[in-house]
Amino acid sequence: MPIDVIIKVLFIILVCVAAFAPVITWVERKQSAVMQDRIGANRANIGGLTILGLFHPVADVLKLIGKEDFVPDGANRFLHALAPILAAIPAIIAFAVIPYGATYQFPGFEPTTLVGADLDWGLLYIFAIGSLATYGSVLAGWASNNNWSMLGSLRASAQMISYEVTMGLSVVGVFMVFQTLKLTDMAVAQDATFRLFGFLETFGVVQNLPGWLSWLQVPFWGVFVQPLGFVMFLTCIMAENKRPPFDLPEGESEIVAGYLVEYSGMRFGLFYMSEFIEVVVIAALLATVFFGGWSIPYLSKDSIIGGLTPMMGATLATALCMIAHVATFLLKVVILIWLQMQIRWTLPRFRYDQVMDLCWKIILPLSLVNIFVTGALILLVQGAK
Amino acid sequence: MSFAAAVFYVLALLAVVSALGMVLNVRNTIAGAMSLVVTMIALAGIYVVLDAHLVAVLQIMVYAGAILVLFLFVVMLLNLRSDEFSPSRSRLVKLAGVALGVWALGSFLALLPGALPKVVEIPADFGSYRQVGLSLYRTYDVAFEVTSFILLAAIVGAVVLAKRRLS
Repeated sequence: MPIDVIIKVLFIILVCVAAFAPVITWVERKQSAVMQDRIGANRANIGGLTILGLFHPVADVLKLIGKEDFVPDGANRFLHALAPILAAIPAIIAFAVIPYGATYQFPGFEPTTLVGADLDWGLLYIFAIGSLATYGSVLAGWASNNNWSMLGSLRASAQMISYEVTMGLSVVGVFMVFQTLKLTDMAVAQDATFRLFGFLETFGVVQNLPGWLSWLQVPFWGVFVQPLGFVMFLTCIMAENKRPPFDLPEGESEIVAGYLVEYSGMRFGLFYMSEFIEVVVIAALLATVFFGGWSIPYLSKDSIIGGLTPMMGATLATALCMIAHVATFLLKVVILIWLQMQIRWTLPRFRYDQVMDLCWKIILPLSLVNIFVTGALILLVQGAK
Repeated sequence: MSFAAAVFYVLALLAVVSALGMVLNVRNTIAGAMSLVVTMIALAGIYVVLDAHLVAVLQIMVYAGAILVLFLFVVMLLNLRSDEFSPSRSRLVKLAGVALGVWALGSFLALLPGALPKVVEIPADFGSYRQVGLSLYRTYDVAFEVTSFILLAAIVGAVVLAKRRLS
């Protein structure tokens, strides 16, 4: 296996899964504490050193490993053990197609793209992998031989299947605008700007835009060309992840912890971690599809490398650009994780029928309208050119 | 043996074994449904080897990800346990099944040598979503629209049946 593939896989595993996910558990506790005017996790320490409670994820994992690994009587032992693994694997392998940097041409080397697998159908791969995530929660409920678990997993599977449909439909507009399903191409397409009022010229409303209107430029990001698509996709993908306000598969007063009732120790930990890994996947996917991925707004890749090359040579300029792009991508991921945390701690929980109504009666028709309007606009713009 | 051929044989073996697992798991319906999931995923892998990438993704999204989850859903709702299946099936049915299987296998083996097509070079963008989309909407547009009508009829039928039970 070539060395660069190993480095890319290591980067994905170490940064996205091993570094982000545990830290998010701490971020969630701290952010909820800040929002509720508490101090939050700050007790775990090594020799009195607490560093803002950052040792808590370590303490949590040690605690989970030390707990009894309980399997209830009458449970299907094989499926009971398999379910947490089936929940965690899709979350981890979804990273394979997410680009965290552009294609870089170092002098004297082959061009390399910073992505695990550069698939033509990258976005479809994520949907396919996401649809397999349902099995983890479905089997967990059935294999536990517990009625609460069973009800929880029925709720989870109904919710996930419903939102898969609308999640797919809500991003069709993005496919249409960027004319691709390849996530790397999508990020490249977003490394540009467009004139906010350029459409006036395209449709012949005015002959030449006045200077200041022409200067008003916006990054060609998914969120600016498909704002409705972004809101719907964010809603659907958060519902897929089953975290509050969509945490209907759990319900303290109705079905206790849903399909997690009979899970303890590290098996529960795996379910818990896969939810947090999914938060990172969601942030990375949203960053790539709607926020330009690695691209720095108003500074395209070519202009960065072109501007720096006379000063420091092509190799150093490309390397600096690469570092800046990866840092930009990680910054966008961090901001989008924060957004998800903010939503999770702001909104109250939905009722189950409200969740289903939101999916089938509001988002589904809206996404169809969005596809129709996007298609009509694309045809109009192509006709005007 | 090339790498692709090796992958094909592994996936084919997995598909056949898991398909047998689905048929033979009469007592445990959940295990049967899960075997079918493995079959679908193995088939998707075979499609990837054959360069039919879009079909592979759709195979996982539609069959493994949606339809079989619904199968599982129904099986779980019925909550059939192993003791609800009577072990005795009539000997005649078993014999008929074996005879049918032997006949199908025999005719398959007899047809096999003549039926294998010649290996052809495939175009570069074979199996891409662009190519599939273009042939769906240009060459097979009538069939495509008719299929959507059939699906619509099925949806309306399901709604009618559900409404009747409500009232």
